[in-house]
Amino acid sequence: MGRPVGIIGVGQTKHGRRMDVAYPELVREAVLRVFEDSGLEPSDIDGVVSGTMPSMMEGVALTHFYFADAMQAVGKPILKTETCGSTGVSIAHTAYYWVASGMADVVLAVGHEKMNEGDAQATMTTVAEPFYQRYFIAGAPGVFSMQSQMWADRYGIPEAKIRDAAAHISVEHHNAAFENPYAHVKIRVTADDVKNSRVITYPVRLLDVCPTSDGACAMIFVSQNKAKKLGRKTAWVKGVGYRGEEYFFGDSDKGLWQGAVLAAKQAYDQAGIKNPRKDLDVAEVYNPFTFQEMLFYECFGFCEPGGAPDMVLKGTFDKKGQLPCDPSGGVLCTNPIGATGLIRVAEAVLQVTGKAGEHQIPKAKTAFSHAMGGVDQFNGVMIVGSEL
Amino acid sequence: MSKEYKTLMTEIRLPYELAYGPVWTRFFEGMAEKKIFGTKCTKCGRILVPARSFCPRCFIDTDEWVEVAQTGTLTAWSYVNYRYYGMPTEPPFISALLRLDGTDVDFLHLIGGFDVSDFEKTRKMVKNGMRLKAVWSDDRKAHIMDLKYFKPA
Ligand SMILES: [Zn+2]
Repeated sequence: MGRPVGIIGVGQTKHGRRMDVAYPELVREAVLRVFEDSGLEPSDIDGVVSGTMPSMMEGVALTHFYFADAMQAVGKPILKTETCGSTGVSIAHTAYYWVASGMADVVLAVGHEKMNEGDAQATMTTVAEPFYQRYFIAGAPGVFSMQSQMWADRYGIPEAKIRDAAAHISVEHHNAAFENPYAHVKIRVTADDVKNSRVITYPVRLLDVCPTSDGACAMIFVSQNKAKKLGRKTAWVKGVGYRGEEYFFGDSDKGLWQGAVLAAKQAYDQAGIKNPRKDLDVAEVYNPFTFQEMLFYECFGFCEPGGAPDMVLKGTFDKKGQLPCDPSGGVLCTNPIGATGLIRVAEAVLQVTGKAGEHQIPKAKTAFSHAMGGVDQFNGVMIVGSEL
Repeated sequence: MSKEYKTLMTEIRLPYELAYGPVWTRFFEGMAEKKIFGTKCTKCGRILVPARSFCPRCFIDTDEWVEVAQTGTLTAWSYVNYRYYGMPTEPPFISALLRLDGTDVDFLHLIGGFDVSDFEKTRKMVKNGMRLKAVWSDDRKAHIMDLKYFKPA
């Protein structure tokens, strides 16, 4: 790892259907809040990194140009990082690399998306080339459903148990969203509501799936010297990991997903984490689908392969469980995709700095954040801690 | 209720001419002849399907062509019953990963050949590990959909 990097500010918009503002105004809402939270001003920033989903989502290419004003990037170096669903974690990695390398002391990272302005699944299908895969992947739900189905079959998990566990996760996250002022979907659901909701792409049902959200998230990454000078509460980056697989969906095993396993391992090795379920205090797992969340628990070593549904039903990953997962309500309740991965990091930061409000996990010192991107291709992880 | 503001309805249409290159060209010409081609990597020994010009793991040219089996085993599937703009395949349909006999990666295509309109019936029929067989279109255009779907064998 390079020199130590801290995070000293978080700004989020109210996420949801935001047709009340034009896209740059939405971005500015998050940027204003990160300046307010950090006490810094635009003139303090050395560089800006931002990112989104493919341009087809909102129909404007190179949005970091469009938002240069809203991000106060004029007169500064600017970068765009784009890795599909993992964009947000990749933005955080880029900001981290920039400061860790010694080339900047203060970097503003901004993720944003306005999914309600376009057709999300049509956009995501363009990630698949039009010769072969585009005919079959059916947007994000199609791919993730196939992966979940493969996983369930691999470990011989009875369908009734998986549906119970998925419903448990859905109920838990929907309840959690009420404790997060920025969350999009705020509805009370019962396990029966989830299990009886409409099939979208079998085995995934409506209440197993994330919403279509508009939102932005901004964070400020600083060097140790700068953090010391500012003397504010700081979250420290303890580990970063990113791994991918071949482009074609059928070329690698998605049931025990090596990209996810290795991204987590890289971050664990840096952060000195040996037993994730014990050593981590809270995790913000990228969970647009309840079924996939369980698969991630296994890939990240939170439990044994095939063991996630039992652990979920025991409450291990509930807010009051051994390793609380997505106490913010997670992606299941809020998913402005280009911002979503950065929101995972931001929530991890709020937890270790004691600023998570109603969804604070008491005494959280080490937090895990994650996002996944592409046609099941890439995974990124960032671990933050309260101590350097 | 908050005030509703105006929205702009707009659209982007751009034409593209994408090059198939020699390997996709030969692969799709094979489709027109009811053949599924793969290529073999001489380093890791894997037979990759669809055919490709290099092995993604070994990074060496894969110029040994193999006509692969039209039968295989189901690895994973999903019943797709929703719609989005420009969707190239008409729902409902069953997306599937299958391992064609003798190959070393999963091939992505459709399962069909029976009534898929009723999800509950479909679920009883489709099981991982089931045997499948290619069904070809009569009107072939050197395209991935020359292969209509794989039906239960
Ligand atoms: Zn090879």
